[in-house]
Amino acid sequence: MRSDVTQFELTAPATLTEVLRRLADNPGRHTVLAGGTELMVALNTGRLATHSFLSIQHLRELRFIRETPDTIQIGAGATFTDIRGSKIICAELPLLAQSASWTGSVANQNRGTLGGNICNASPAADTPPALLAYDANVTLISAASMRELPYRDFHLGYKRTAMRSDELLHTITLPRIYAGHRQYIRKVGTRNAQAISKVALAAIALVEAGRIIDIRVGAASLADRPLRCTAAETVLIGQTIGGEGMEALVRKARAALAGEAEPIDDIRSTAKYRIAVGANLLEEFLRSL
Amino acid sequence: MSDIRITINGQARSLNVPSMKRLLDVIREDLQLTGTKEGCGEGECGACAVLMNGELVNSCLVPALQANGASVCTIEGVAIDGRLHPVQQCFLENGGAQCGICTPGMILATQHLLNKYPRPTYEQIQEGLAGNLCRCTGYMRIFESVCKAAEADYLPDRGKA
Ligand SMILES: Cc1cc2nc3c(=O)[nH]c(=O)nc-3n(C[C@H](O)[C@H](O)[C@H](O)COP(=O)(O)OP(=O)(O)OC[C@H]3O[C@@H](n4cnc5c(N)ncnc54)[C@H](O)[C@@H]3O)c2cc1C
Ligand code: FES
Ligand code: FES
Repeated sequence: MRSDVTQFELTAPATLTEVLRRLADNPGRHTVLAGGTELMVALNTGRLATHSFLSIQHLRELRFIRETPDTIQIGAGATFTDIRGSKIICAELPLLAQSASWTGSVANQNRGTLGGNICNASPAADTPPALLAYDANVTLISAASMRELPYRDFHLGYKRTAMRSDELLHTITLPRIYAGHRQYIRKVGTRNAQAISKVALAAIALVEAGRIIDIRVGAASLADRPLRCTAAETVLIGQTIGGEGMEALVRKARAALAGEAEPIDDIRSTAKYRIAVGANLLEEFLRSL
Repeated sequence: MSDIRITINGQARSLNVPSMKRLLDVIREDLQLTGTKEGCGEGECGACAVLMNGELVNSCLVPALQANGASVCTIEGVAIDGRLHPVQQCFLENGGAQCGICTPGMILATQHLLNKYPRPTYEQIQEGLAGNLCRCTGYMRIFESVCKAAEADYLPDRGKA
Protein backbone atom coordinates (compact mmCIF):
# COMPACT_ATOMS: atom_id res chain seq x y z
CA MET A 1 0.00 0.00 0.00
CA ARG A 2 1.12 3.54 -0.67
CA SER A 3 2.68 5.47 2.20
CA ASP A 4 1.06 8.51 3.79
CA VAL A 5 3.32 11.29 2.51
CA THR A 6 2.69 13.53 5.50
CA GLN A 7 4.65 10.99 7.59
CA PHE A 8 7.82 11.81 5.69
CA GLU A 9 10.03 14.82 5.71
CA LEU A 10 12.28 15.89 2.87
CA THR A 11 14.66 18.80 3.13
CA ALA A 12 17.13 20.18 0.62
CA PRO A 13 20.19 21.56 2.43
CA ALA A 14 21.88 24.26 0.37
CA THR A 15 25.34 22.73 0.41
CA LEU A 16 27.08 19.37 0.58
CA THR A 17 28.77 20.48 3.82
CA GLU A 18 25.36 20.97 5.38
CA VAL A 19 24.17 17.53 4.23
CA LEU A 20 27.28 15.93 5.75
CA ARG A 21 26.83 17.83 9.00
CA ARG A 22 23.24 16.60 9.30
CA LEU A 23 24.33 13.02 8.61
CA ALA A 24 27.09 13.28 11.24
CA ASP A 25 24.85 14.84 13.89
CA ASN A 26 22.28 12.06 13.72
CA PRO A 27 23.85 8.92 12.26
CA GLY A 28 21.23 6.64 10.73
CA ARG A 29 18.38 9.11 11.05
CA HIS A 30 18.44 10.55 7.54
CA THR A 31 18.47 8.91 4.13
CA VAL A 32 19.82 10.84 1.18
CA LEU A 33 17.57 11.10 -1.85
CA ALA A 34 19.18 11.65 -5.26
CA GLY A 35 17.07 10.98 -8.37
CA GLY A 36 14.48 9.10 -6.32
CA THR A 37 13.98 6.35 -8.90
CA GLU A 38 14.52 3.74 -6.19
CA LEU A 39 13.30 5.58 -3.10
CA MET A 40 10.13 7.02 -4.62
CA VAL A 41 9.14 3.55 -5.84
CA ALA A 42 9.63 2.35 -2.27
CA LEU A 43 7.51 5.28 -1.05
CA ASN A 44 4.76 4.48 -3.53
CA THR A 45 4.70 0.83 -2.48
CA GLY A 46 4.94 1.54 1.26
CA ARG A 47 8.43 0.08 1.73
CA LEU A 48 10.36 3.09 3.08
CA ALA A 49 12.24 2.37 6.28
CA THR A 50 13.23 5.88 7.36
CA HIS A 51 11.17 9.03 7.64
CA SER A 52 13.64 11.83 7.13
CA PHE A 53 15.21 12.45 3.74
CA LEU A 54 17.88 14.85 2.59
CA SER A 55 17.74 15.78 -1.08
CA ILE A 56 21.14 15.81 -2.78
CA GLN A 57 19.76 16.00 -6.30
CA HIS A 58 20.27 19.77 -6.60
CA LEU A 59 23.90 19.71 -5.38
CA ARG A 60 26.12 20.88 -8.23
CA GLU A 61 29.17 19.63 -6.28
CA LEU A 62 28.07 16.05 -6.94
CA ARG A 63 27.13 16.37 -10.60
CA PHE A 64 30.19 16.42 -12.83
CA ILE A 65 32.25 14.43 -15.30
CA ARG A 66 35.92 15.48 -15.31
CA GLU A 67 39.07 14.21 -16.90
CA THR A 68 42.61 14.26 -15.61
CA PRO A 69 45.54 12.90 -17.64
CA ASP A 70 45.16 9.47 -15.99
CA THR A 71 41.55 9.26 -14.87
CA ILE A 72 37.94 10.04 -15.59
CA GLN A 73 36.08 11.21 -12.49
CA ILE A 74 32.32 11.01 -12.28
CA GLY A 75 30.30 12.71 -9.55
CA ALA A 76 27.82 10.44 -7.76
CA GLY A 77 25.07 12.83 -8.84
CA ALA A 78 25.73 12.41 -12.58
CA THR A 79 22.59 11.05 -14.25
CA PHE A 80 22.51 8.23 -16.78
CA THR A 81 21.64 10.86 -19.38
CA ASP A 82 24.78 12.83 -18.39
CA ILE A 83 26.86 9.66 -18.74
CA ARG A 84 25.43 8.66 -22.12
CA GLY A 85 25.91 12.22 -23.35
CA SER A 86 29.56 12.42 -22.32
CA LYS A 87 31.86 12.13 -25.35
CA ILE A 88 34.80 11.00 -23.26
CA ILE A 89 32.83 8.24 -21.54
CA CYS A 90 31.41 7.03 -24.84
CA ALA A 91 34.91 6.99 -26.33
CA GLU A 92 36.93 5.51 -23.48
CA LEU A 93 34.45 3.73 -21.23
CA PRO A 94 31.91 2.33 -23.69
CA LEU A 95 30.74 -0.37 -21.27
CA LEU A 96 29.64 2.29 -18.81
CA ALA A 97 27.87 4.31 -21.52
CA GLN A 98 26.15 1.15 -22.74
CA SER A 99 25.01 0.08 -19.28
CA ALA A 100 23.68 3.60 -18.58
CA SER A 101 21.61 3.37 -21.76
CA TRP A 102 20.03 0.14 -20.45
CA THR A 103 19.05 1.55 -17.08
CA GLY A 104 15.33 2.06 -17.49
CA SER A 105 13.62 4.44 -19.90
CA VAL A 106 14.61 7.94 -21.00
CA ALA A 107 12.56 9.48 -18.16
CA ASN A 108 14.32 7.19 -15.70
CA GLN A 109 17.74 8.04 -17.13
CA ASN A 110 17.04 11.77 -16.83
CA ARG A 111 16.63 11.37 -13.07
CA GLY A 112 18.48 8.25 -11.95
CA THR A 113 22.08 8.75 -10.84
CA LEU A 114 25.21 6.63 -10.96
CA GLY A 115 25.61 7.11 -7.20
CA GLY A 116 22.08 5.86 -6.60
CA ASN A 117 22.68 2.80 -8.75
CA ILE A 118 25.82 1.91 -6.76
CA CYS A 119 24.53 2.77 -3.27
CA ASN A 120 21.20 1.06 -3.72
CA ALA A 121 23.48 -1.98 -3.92
CA SER A 122 21.16 -4.25 -5.87
CA PRO A 123 22.93 -7.38 -7.17
CA ALA A 124 21.04 -6.87 -10.46
CA ALA A 125 22.00 -3.22 -11.06
CA ASP A 126 23.31 -2.44 -14.54
CA THR A 127 26.34 -0.19 -14.08
CA PRO A 128 28.27 -2.16 -11.39
CA PRO A 129 29.54 -4.91 -13.76
CA ALA A 130 31.10 -2.25 -15.99
CA LEU A 131 32.59 -0.42 -13.00
CA LEU A 132 34.05 -3.70 -11.70
CA ALA A 133 35.54 -4.55 -15.10
CA TYR A 134 37.11 -1.09 -15.28
CA ASP A 135 38.48 -1.44 -11.73
CA ALA A 136 36.91 1.81 -10.52
CA ASN A 137 37.70 3.49 -7.23
CA VAL A 138 35.05 5.16 -5.11
CA THR A 139 35.51 8.19 -2.89
CA LEU A 140 33.38 8.33 0.25
CA ILE A 141 32.99 11.58 2.11
CA SER A 142 31.79 12.47 5.60
CA ALA A 143 31.94 15.62 7.72
CA ALA A 144 35.15 14.33 9.27
CA SER A 145 36.99 12.63 6.43
CA MET A 146 37.34 11.59 2.86
CA ARG A 147 38.55 8.14 1.83
CA GLU A 148 39.05 6.30 -1.41
CA LEU A 149 38.67 2.57 -1.81
CA PRO A 150 38.63 0.11 -4.68
CA TYR A 151 35.06 -0.40 -5.87
CA ARG A 152 35.61 -4.17 -5.71
CA ASP A 153 35.74 -3.82 -1.88
CA PHE A 154 32.56 -1.70 -1.69
CA HIS A 155 29.85 -4.38 -1.76
CA LEU A 156 29.97 -6.58 1.32
CA GLY A 157 26.80 -8.65 0.94
CA TYR A 158 23.17 -8.41 -0.03
CA LYS A 159 22.47 -4.66 0.02
CA ARG A 160 25.39 -4.23 2.45
CA THR A 161 28.21 -1.84 1.59
CA ALA A 162 31.39 -0.44 3.11
CA MET A 163 29.74 2.99 3.43
CA ARG A 164 29.09 4.24 6.98
CA SER A 165 25.80 5.92 7.86
CA ASP A 166 27.50 9.33 8.12
CA GLU A 167 29.07 8.94 4.68
CA LEU A 168 28.09 9.73 1.11
CA LEU A 169 29.43 8.46 -2.16
CA HIS A 170 31.13 11.44 -3.76
CA THR A 171 33.16 10.37 -6.80
CA ILE A 172 33.69 7.33 -8.99
CA THR A 173 37.17 7.34 -10.53
CA LEU A 174 38.11 5.26 -13.55
CA PRO A 175 41.59 4.78 -15.00
CA ARG A 176 42.21 5.81 -18.62
CA ILE A 177 44.06 2.71 -19.73
CA TYR A 178 41.52 0.84 -21.79
CA ALA A 179 42.10 2.18 -25.30
CA GLY A 180 43.84 -1.04 -26.37
CA HIS A 181 41.61 -3.45 -24.45
CA ARG A 182 38.87 -5.59 -25.91
CA GLN A 183 35.61 -4.68 -24.20
CA TYR A 184 32.41 -6.66 -23.89
CA ILE A 185 29.03 -6.18 -22.24
CA ARG A 186 25.76 -8.02 -22.55
CA LYS A 187 22.54 -7.88 -20.56
CA VAL A 188 20.11 -10.77 -20.71
CA GLY A 189 16.59 -9.79 -19.69
CA THR A 190 13.07 -9.80 -21.03
CA ARG A 191 13.68 -6.51 -22.87
CA ASN A 192 16.37 -3.85 -22.74
CA ALA A 193 14.37 -0.86 -21.52
CA GLN A 194 12.90 -1.15 -18.07
CA ALA A 195 13.70 -4.81 -17.54
CA ILE A 196 15.93 -5.78 -14.67
CA SER A 197 18.57 -8.21 -15.89
CA LYS A 198 18.37 -11.95 -15.42
CA VAL A 199 22.14 -11.93 -15.89
CA ALA A 200 24.61 -9.33 -17.19
CA LEU A 201 28.33 -9.55 -17.80
CA ALA A 202 30.92 -6.87 -18.52
CA ALA A 203 34.52 -7.72 -19.32
CA ILE A 204 37.75 -6.20 -20.56
CA ALA A 205 40.94 -7.91 -21.68
CA LEU A 206 44.28 -6.94 -23.11
CA VAL A 207 45.66 -9.53 -25.51
CA GLU A 208 49.25 -9.28 -26.74
CA ALA A 209 50.82 -11.79 -29.10
CA GLY A 210 47.86 -14.08 -28.50
CA ARG A 211 48.17 -14.06 -24.72
CA ILE A 212 45.82 -12.53 -22.19
CA ILE A 213 47.94 -10.13 -20.15
CA ASP A 214 45.12 -8.28 -18.39
CA ILE A 215 41.52 -9.33 -17.81
CA ARG A 216 38.65 -8.32 -15.54
CA VAL A 217 35.10 -9.58 -15.44
CA GLY A 218 32.10 -8.13 -13.57
CA ALA A 219 28.64 -9.65 -13.39
CA ALA A 220 25.11 -8.79 -12.27
CA SER A 221 22.66 -11.24 -10.73
CA LEU A 222 25.22 -14.00 -10.25
CA ALA A 223 25.58 -13.48 -6.48
CA ASP A 224 24.06 -11.56 -3.55
CA ARG A 225 26.01 -8.50 -4.71
CA PRO A 226 27.59 -7.26 -7.96
CA LEU A 227 30.29 -9.90 -8.54
CA ARG A 228 33.86 -9.44 -9.63
CA CYS A 229 34.67 -12.84 -11.15
CA THR A 230 38.21 -13.25 -9.85
CA ALA A 231 38.27 -17.07 -10.09
CA ALA A 232 37.55 -16.92 -13.83
CA GLU A 233 40.13 -14.14 -14.22
CA THR A 234 42.80 -16.24 -12.45
CA VAL A 235 42.19 -19.15 -14.80
CA LEU A 236 42.49 -16.88 -17.85
CA ILE A 237 45.36 -14.54 -17.08
CA GLY A 238 48.53 -15.40 -19.00
CA GLN A 239 46.76 -17.97 -21.17
CA THR A 240 46.91 -18.22 -24.94
CA ILE A 241 43.78 -17.40 -26.90
CA GLY A 242 42.73 -19.28 -30.00
CA GLY A 243 45.39 -22.00 -29.94
CA GLU A 244 45.09 -25.73 -29.44
CA GLY A 245 44.22 -25.36 -25.79
CA MET A 246 41.29 -23.03 -26.47
CA GLU A 247 38.53 -25.58 -25.88
CA ALA A 248 40.07 -26.70 -22.61
CA LEU A 249 40.56 -23.07 -21.55
CA VAL A 250 36.94 -22.21 -22.28
CA ARG A 251 35.83 -25.24 -20.22
CA LYS A 252 38.06 -24.26 -17.31
CA ALA A 253 36.89 -20.65 -17.39
CA ARG A 254 33.23 -21.72 -17.46
CA ALA A 255 33.81 -24.04 -14.52
CA ALA A 256 35.60 -21.32 -12.55
CA LEU A 257 32.76 -18.89 -13.12
CA ALA A 258 30.17 -21.50 -12.14
CA GLY A 259 32.21 -22.18 -9.02
CA GLU A 260 32.31 -18.59 -7.81
CA ALA A 261 28.74 -17.67 -8.78
CA GLU A 262 26.07 -18.05 -6.10
CA PRO A 263 22.89 -16.85 -7.77
CA ILE A 264 19.37 -17.29 -6.48
CA ASP A 265 16.02 -18.43 -7.82
CA ASP A 266 13.56 -15.54 -8.08
CA ILE A 267 10.66 -14.31 -10.20
CA ARG A 268 12.98 -13.30 -13.01
CA SER A 269 14.95 -16.50 -13.37
CA THR A 270 16.49 -19.58 -11.73
CA ALA A 271 19.96 -20.06 -10.29
CA LYS A 272 20.68 -22.86 -12.77
CA TYR A 273 19.74 -20.71 -15.75
CA ARG A 274 21.79 -17.81 -14.44
CA ILE A 275 24.95 -19.89 -14.09
CA ALA A 276 24.52 -21.37 -17.56
CA VAL A 277 23.92 -17.97 -19.16
CA GLY A 278 26.75 -16.32 -17.19
CA ALA A 279 29.13 -19.00 -18.50
CA ASN A 280 27.78 -18.58 -22.05
CA LEU A 281 28.43 -14.84 -21.91
CA LEU A 282 31.97 -15.40 -20.67
CA GLU A 283 32.54 -17.91 -23.47
CA GLU A 284 31.16 -15.47 -26.04
CA PHE A 285 33.61 -12.85 -24.79
CA LEU A 286 36.58 -15.26 -24.91
CA ARG A 287 35.77 -16.36 -28.45
CA SER A 288 35.64 -12.71 -29.53
CA LEU A 289 39.20 -12.03 -28.35
CA MET B 1 5.02 20.90 4.68
CA SER B 2 7.07 23.03 2.33
CA ASP B 3 6.49 26.20 0.42
CA ILE B 4 7.32 25.58 -3.20
CA ARG B 5 7.18 27.61 -6.37
CA ILE B 6 6.43 25.96 -9.68
CA THR B 7 6.01 27.51 -13.09
CA ILE B 8 3.28 25.34 -14.53
CA ASN B 9 2.65 25.69 -18.26
CA GLY B 10 4.17 29.15 -18.11
CA GLN B 11 2.26 30.33 -15.06
CA ALA B 12 4.08 30.93 -11.74
CA ARG B 13 2.36 29.32 -8.74
CA SER B 14 3.20 29.16 -5.02
CA LEU B 15 2.01 26.16 -3.03
CA ASN B 16 2.25 24.75 0.46
CA VAL B 17 2.44 20.96 0.17
CA PRO B 18 4.02 17.98 1.96
CA SER B 19 7.65 17.89 0.82
CA MET B 20 7.42 14.22 -0.20
CA LYS B 21 4.11 14.58 -2.02
CA ARG B 22 4.47 13.22 -5.53
CA LEU B 23 4.66 15.88 -8.24
CA LEU B 24 1.91 13.83 -9.94
CA ASP B 25 -0.46 14.50 -7.03
CA VAL B 26 0.58 18.15 -6.80
CA ILE B 27 -0.34 18.53 -10.47
CA ARG B 28 -3.63 16.65 -10.23
CA GLU B 29 -4.82 17.75 -6.77
CA ASP B 30 -3.23 21.10 -5.92
CA LEU B 31 -3.02 22.48 -9.46
CA GLN B 32 -6.16 20.63 -10.57
CA LEU B 33 -4.71 19.65 -13.90
CA THR B 34 -5.98 16.13 -14.42
CA GLY B 35 -4.60 15.56 -17.91
CA THR B 36 -1.55 13.90 -16.36
CA LYS B 37 -2.50 10.28 -15.56
CA GLU B 38 -1.42 7.71 -13.03
CA GLY B 39 -0.83 4.20 -14.30
CA CYS B 40 1.58 2.16 -12.24
CA GLY B 41 2.86 4.68 -9.69
CA GLU B 42 6.26 2.94 -9.94
CA GLY B 43 8.06 4.59 -12.84
CA GLU B 44 7.26 1.77 -15.27
CA CYS B 45 4.49 3.06 -17.53
CA GLY B 46 5.09 6.74 -18.37
CA ALA B 47 1.40 7.74 -18.03
CA CYS B 48 2.46 10.44 -15.57
CA ALA B 49 5.31 11.81 -17.75
CA VAL B 50 5.76 15.59 -17.84
CA LEU B 51 8.58 17.92 -18.88
CA MET B 52 10.47 19.43 -15.97
CA ASN B 53 12.92 22.12 -17.05
CA GLY B 54 12.62 20.58 -20.51
CA GLU B 55 13.54 17.06 -19.32
CA LEU B 56 11.13 14.17 -19.53
CA VAL B 57 10.42 12.82 -16.02
CA ASN B 58 7.88 10.48 -14.49
CA SER B 59 6.02 12.73 -12.07
CA CYS B 60 5.06 9.80 -9.80
CA LEU B 61 8.76 9.55 -8.84
CA VAL B 62 9.45 13.24 -8.23
CA PRO B 63 8.91 14.53 -4.69
CA ALA B 64 7.33 18.00 -4.58
CA LEU B 65 10.35 19.63 -3.01
CA GLN B 66 12.57 18.54 -5.91
CA ALA B 67 10.25 20.41 -8.27
CA ASN B 68 10.72 23.63 -6.30
CA GLY B 69 11.74 26.40 -8.69
CA ALA B 70 11.18 24.22 -11.74
CA SER B 71 9.28 24.89 -14.94
CA VAL B 72 6.81 22.09 -15.58
CA CYS B 73 4.95 21.43 -18.81
CA THR B 74 1.95 19.08 -18.72
CA ILE B 75 -0.36 18.01 -21.52
CA GLU B 76 -2.51 21.07 -20.81
CA GLY B 77 0.44 23.26 -21.81
CA VAL B 78 1.08 21.64 -25.18
CA ALA B 79 -1.65 23.20 -27.34
CA ILE B 80 -0.84 26.64 -28.71
CA ASP B 81 -3.45 29.39 -28.31
CA GLY B 82 -6.24 26.84 -28.05
CA ARG B 83 -5.12 25.01 -31.20
CA LEU B 84 -3.69 21.52 -31.12
CA HIS B 85 0.06 21.26 -31.36
CA PRO B 86 1.24 19.47 -34.55
CA VAL B 87 2.23 16.46 -32.45
CA GLN B 88 -1.28 16.22 -31.01
CA GLN B 89 -2.78 16.69 -34.46
CA CYS B 90 -0.64 13.85 -35.83
CA PHE B 91 -1.71 11.50 -33.00
CA LEU B 92 -5.34 12.41 -33.72
CA GLU B 93 -5.10 11.89 -37.46
CA ASN B 94 -3.05 8.69 -37.38
CA GLY B 95 -4.87 6.70 -34.72
CA GLY B 96 -2.12 7.29 -32.17
CA ALA B 97 -4.69 7.56 -29.37
CA GLN B 98 -7.47 5.15 -28.49
CA CYS B 99 -8.61 5.12 -24.85
CA GLY B 100 -6.26 8.03 -24.20
CA ILE B 101 -4.79 7.02 -20.87
CA CYS B 102 -1.23 6.75 -22.20
CA THR B 103 -1.62 9.67 -24.59
CA PRO B 104 -0.58 12.63 -22.41
CA GLY B 105 2.64 10.84 -21.49
CA MET B 106 3.19 9.69 -25.08
CA ILE B 107 2.78 13.25 -26.38
CA LEU B 108 5.25 14.68 -23.86
CA ALA B 109 7.74 11.87 -24.52
CA THR B 110 7.36 12.70 -28.22
CA GLN B 111 7.98 16.40 -27.54
CA HIS B 112 11.12 15.50 -25.62
CA LEU B 113 12.27 13.17 -28.40
CA LEU B 114 11.68 15.71 -31.18
CA ASN B 115 13.35 18.49 -29.21
CA LYS B 116 16.42 16.29 -29.03
CA TYR B 117 16.20 14.65 -32.47
CA PRO B 118 14.02 16.69 -34.86
CA ARG B 119 14.43 13.91 -37.46
CA PRO B 120 14.54 10.76 -35.34
CA THR B 121 15.37 7.33 -36.74
CA TYR B 122 12.88 4.54 -36.12
CA GLU B 123 15.21 3.16 -33.43
CA GLN B 124 15.35 6.55 -31.73
CA ILE B 125 11.55 6.68 -31.71
CA GLN B 126 11.36 3.20 -30.23
CA GLU B 127 13.91 4.02 -27.55
CA GLY B 128 12.42 7.44 -26.81
CA LEU B 129 8.99 5.93 -26.17
CA ALA B 130 10.14 2.68 -24.54
CA GLY B 131 9.14 3.98 -21.12
CA ASN B 132 5.55 4.65 -22.20
CA LEU B 133 3.24 1.67 -22.17
CA CYS B 134 0.05 1.47 -24.21
CA ARG B 135 -2.61 -1.20 -23.81
CA CYS B 136 -4.65 -0.22 -26.86
CA THR B 137 -2.82 0.72 -30.01
CA GLY B 138 -0.14 -1.95 -30.35
CA TYR B 139 2.34 0.95 -30.76
CA MET B 140 2.53 0.89 -34.57
CA ARG B 141 0.08 3.75 -34.94
CA ILE B 142 1.87 5.70 -32.23
CA PHE B 143 5.19 5.29 -34.03
CA GLU B 144 3.51 6.33 -37.29
CA SER B 145 2.08 9.42 -35.57
CA VAL B 146 5.55 10.37 -34.37
CA CYS B 147 7.03 9.84 -37.84
CA LYS B 148 4.32 12.08 -39.29
CA ALA B 149 4.95 14.73 -36.62
CA ALA B 150 8.66 14.66 -37.47
CA GLU B 151 7.87 15.12 -41.16
CA ALA B 152 5.34 17.88 -40.48
CA ASP B 153 6.53 21.32 -39.57
CA TYR B 154 7.09 20.40 -35.96
CA LEU B 155 8.34 23.48 -34.16
CA PRO B 156 10.89 22.47 -31.55
CA ASP B 157 10.53 25.59 -29.41
CA ARG B 158 6.83 24.99 -28.83
CA GLY B 159 5.57 23.02 -25.89
CA LYS B 160 8.84 23.34 -24.08
CA ALA B 161 8.47 24.04 -20.38
C1 LIG C 1 10.97 1.90 -14.10
C2 LIG C 1 12.33 1.71 -13.55
C3 LIG C 1 13.25 0.94 -14.28
C4 LIG C 1 14.54 0.74 -13.79
N1 LIG C 1 15.39 0.00 -14.55
C5 LIG C 1 16.63 -0.22 -14.09
C6 LIG C 1 17.55 -1.01 -14.86
O1 LIG C 1 17.24 -1.48 -15.95
N2 LIG C 1 18.79 -1.22 -14.33
C7 LIG C 1 19.18 -0.71 -13.14
O2 LIG C 1 20.31 -0.93 -12.74
N3 LIG C 1 18.33 0.04 -12.41
C8 LIG C 1 17.08 0.29 -12.84
N4 LIG C 1 16.22 1.04 -12.09
C9 LIG C 1 16.63 1.47 -10.76
C10 LIG C 1 17.13 2.92 -10.58
O3 LIG C 1 16.70 3.74 -11.63
C11 LIG C 1 18.65 3.00 -10.48
O4 LIG C 1 19.12 2.17 -9.45
C12 LIG C 1 19.14 4.44 -10.24
O5 LIG C 1 20.51 4.48 -10.49
C13 LIG C 1 18.89 4.94 -8.81
O6 LIG C 1 19.44 6.24 -8.71
P1 LIG C 1 18.64 7.43 -8.00
O7 LIG C 1 19.51 8.62 -7.99
O8 LIG C 1 17.31 7.58 -8.60
O9 LIG C 1 18.50 6.78 -6.53
P2 LIG C 1 17.64 7.17 -5.26
O10 LIG C 1 16.31 6.50 -5.32
O11 LIG C 1 17.67 8.63 -5.01
O12 LIG C 1 18.54 6.46 -4.15
C14 LIG C 1 18.79 5.06 -4.19
C15 LIG C 1 19.63 4.66 -2.98
O13 LIG C 1 20.95 5.18 -3.06
C16 LIG C 1 21.24 6.04 -1.97
N5 LIG C 1 22.07 7.11 -2.52
C17 LIG C 1 21.83 7.83 -3.65
N6 LIG C 1 22.86 8.65 -3.90
C18 LIG C 1 23.78 8.45 -2.92
C19 LIG C 1 25.08 9.00 -2.63
N7 LIG C 1 25.66 9.91 -3.43
N8 LIG C 1 25.72 8.57 -1.52
C20 LIG C 1 25.14 7.64 -0.72
N9 LIG C 1 23.95 7.07 -0.94
C21 LIG C 1 23.28 7.47 -2.04
C22 LIG C 1 19.91 6.46 -1.42
O14 LIG C 1 19.98 6.80 -0.06
C23 LIG C 1 19.08 5.21 -1.65
O15 LIG C 1 19.33 4.26 -0.67
C24 LIG C 1 14.92 1.27 -12.55
C25 LIG C 1 14.00 2.04 -11.82
C26 LIG C 1 12.73 2.26 -12.31
C27 LIG C 1 11.76 3.08 -11.52
S1 FES D 1 2.37 6.29 -13.06
FE1 FES D 1 4.32 7.16 -13.14
S2 FES D 1 5.36 5.85 -14.48
FE2 FES D 1 3.47 4.82 -14.23
S1 FES E 1 -4.48 4.48 -26.04
FE1 FES E 1 -5.20 3.26 -24.43
S2 FES E 1 -3.38 2.87 -23.33
FE2 FES E 1 -2.65 3.80 -25.10
